[in-house]
Amino acid sequence: MTLAVTSPAFKANARAAIADPQLQGVLRQGLGFVDRRQAAIDRLPEFDALRDSARDIKDHTLAHLDLYLEAYEERVRAAGGHVHHAVTPEEARGLILDICRKVGAKTVTKGKTMIAEEIGLNDFLEANGVVPVETDLGEYIIQIRHEAPSHIIAPAIHLNKAQVEADFRRVHTHLPENRNLAEPATLLAEARTILRERFLAADVGITGANFLVAETGTSIIVTNEGNGDLTQTLPKVHIVLATIEKLVPTLEDVSQLLRVLARSATGQDMSVYTTFSTGPRRADDPDGPAEYHVVILDNGRSTMLGGEFQDMLRCIRCGACMNHCPIFGAIGGHAYGWVYPGPMGAVLTPALIGVDLAGNLPNASTFCGRCEEVCPVRIPLPRMMRDWREREFERHLSPVTVRSGLALWAFFAKRPRLYGLMTAMAARALALLGSRSGRFRSLPLASAWTRDRDFPAPQGATFQSQWKRRKR
Amino acid sequence: MADAASADTSTHSTSARRRVGLLVTCLVDLMRPSVGFAAAKLLEDAGCSVGVPRQACCGQPAYNSGDRKTTREIAEQVIEAFAPYDYVVVPSGSCAGMLKVHYPRLFRNDPNWLPKAEAFAAKTFELVSFLVDVLGVTGVAASYEGSVTYHDGCSGLRELGVKAQPRKLLATIDGLRLEEMREADVCCGFGGTFCVKYPAISNVIVGKKTENIAATGADVLLAGDLGCLMNMAGKLQREGSKIAARHVAEVLAGMTEVPPIGESRARRAQAEP
Repeated sequence: MTLAVTSPAFKANARAAIADPQLQGVLRQGLGFVDRRQAAIDRLPEFDALRDSARDIKDHTLAHLDLYLEAYEERVRAAGGHVHHAVTPEEARGLILDICRKVGAKTVTKGKTMIAEEIGLNDFLEANGVVPVETDLGEYIIQIRHEAPSHIIAPAIHLNKAQVEADFRRVHTHLPENRNLAEPATLLAEARTILRERFLAADVGITGANFLVAETGTSIIVTNEGNGDLTQTLPKVHIVLATIEKLVPTLEDVSQLLRVLARSATGQDMSVYTTFSTGPRRADDPDGPAEYHVVILDNGRSTMLGGEFQDMLRCIRCGACMNHCPIFGAIGGHAYGWVYPGPMGAVLTPALIGVDLAGNLPNASTFCGRCEEVCPVRIPLPRMMRDWREREFERHLSPVTVRSGLALWAFFAKRPRLYGLMTAMAARALALLGSRSGRFRSLPLASAWTRDRDFPAPQGATFQSQWKRRKR
Repeated sequence: MADAASADTSTHSTSARRRVGLLVTCLVDLMRPSVGFAAAKLLEDAGCSVGVPRQACCGQPAYNSGDRKTTREIAEQVIEAFAPYDYVVVPSGSCAGMLKVHYPRLFRNDPNWLPKAEAFAAKTFELVSFLVDVLGVTGVAASYEGSVTYHDGCSGLRELGVKAQPRKLLATIDGLRLEEMREADVCCGFGGTFCVKYPAISNVIVGKKTENIAATGADVLLAGDLGCLMNMAGKLQREGSKIAARHVAEVLAGMTEVPPIGESRARRAQAEP
């Protein structure tokens, strides 16, 4: 019951996204993340040095992940919390449902967690009689629309204000019809009023974790709305749902990573809330949950350790790669067809659900390199997309048309003399055909190009044949 | 391969001159030889001797399609063909990036070929950065009356650091005004085979690019990669734009008498009253 995978239909998804004027409108407008990130970095001359340090911290942790996981567990237990390990999504869902059932939970509030999307938690809980309530505004909006997030930090980025207003009117039917929902502020106020009741009624609160600190057994979330804090402090039980690569050795390390995270994500120096939780409520704490559980999911990540895709496990989920990606900017996040969109999704998704399902994702890149350029932990995303293409090619998963076209081209490319004869003929023929207008509006076998673009006519003889004549 | 190269350079080689092997790229070879001649002129004006060994392609289509074996076979052939030269110069950031950054990676587990690939990478340069950074060229003698805008090709920019060099040389051209576009450093949507594998997405991306180009009011679009230029020129022309597109080498070499990309003499004669 994980999120339905539509990645194999990536091309059709993309065409639908391009034909959707509302989506194109919001994609063009954007959220200004690119400019704000640049401004934040301009204010911090040591940003690049911090990126190196962030990369090194994550690399070190991944190299000793077993030790840090053990140390972390020990600290969580010492603080009175529980740690559960799940290898598969099924196991993680089962563990969470068990905890909910033990306390007789009817409703569960949720902070933003992509891992819950990865394991399809909401549908599962609902099917088992527990009502999940998303408390992040964007997550709440897509929950009432029965959609998946389209961006890892801005889940409802694919929607405009009018669409949200229509959804609120459709779902919040107990409120007066003539209320004003035209402003972002009135929309926010309405969501806040509704969610406030849910916070107080919830039996269990589930959050993700941006980091798990081995030194102290602490889980850390960064949010801008404060919903995460209410989710994890008001209910009797707090469940942290995280994956193995969230581990970080020390609080000092976390402070380094936090300096690059928000700047890369939204261009903020810090998120509005950075919340640390360590174990359940202690005797002299004014508030906090009676039970504190951490569910640590693997879901294939341990198989990435030590291989060509290990660097992907450095990812701290800032979303900078997708904010700067021309492909994401053209089609949005849903077209990618699973939980993680954009360049990080193009590398991570094949690792988690298989390249046979997600093969389009690492192929749909121009290798422009902007993702790697902005990555706060310097993940070589284009290199790994190419590595996926090589896996595909080796396993004969790439389309027959691509393979046979490539083989034909390679035959000539490996024989420069023959290649020269062929291209000389082709150049002359095309030049002759296109000599009057200088270009073609359509060309057989090149319709993918000429549907939207003219194709120039060659100038005439190839460079190499002309050069030979010149030198003679 | 070696015999072809030595035959080429024998006519003009004094030992003091830098012997440059020109890898014109398969697109320039087939579509727009004038870019190759412009590159040769710029190099010769700067005191280099220029040779053109027999060549096909750098192997990018195979490399980016995941066909490592074919790519290696092509790379070995290219490395050997250019062995007689002191430098390999390429009028394309994308192909130069392939040679300079990706060839060594391709042979990283091959102790025989890795040193050759690394030595080859070390002597390989994108044309304009070679002129400015290696030869120390500070200006060109060309003149051009009009306004241009410059698109930064992705590989040249991010793999090779080509950004200031073309602007520096363009600034020395009499009569030329550079109007910078918004997001000059954002991909044009070409991406080699990407533009035909995902044409609908490519079209959205190039549409944003032509919007930014048109907003500058410039008469001419320049860039250092023919692939990107064909993509942007083709889109501009489909949109009915009058903006011309040229490889930056043509303007730097003062060789702008040839019609711009996708234009013909007949069409130009018609357009001019």
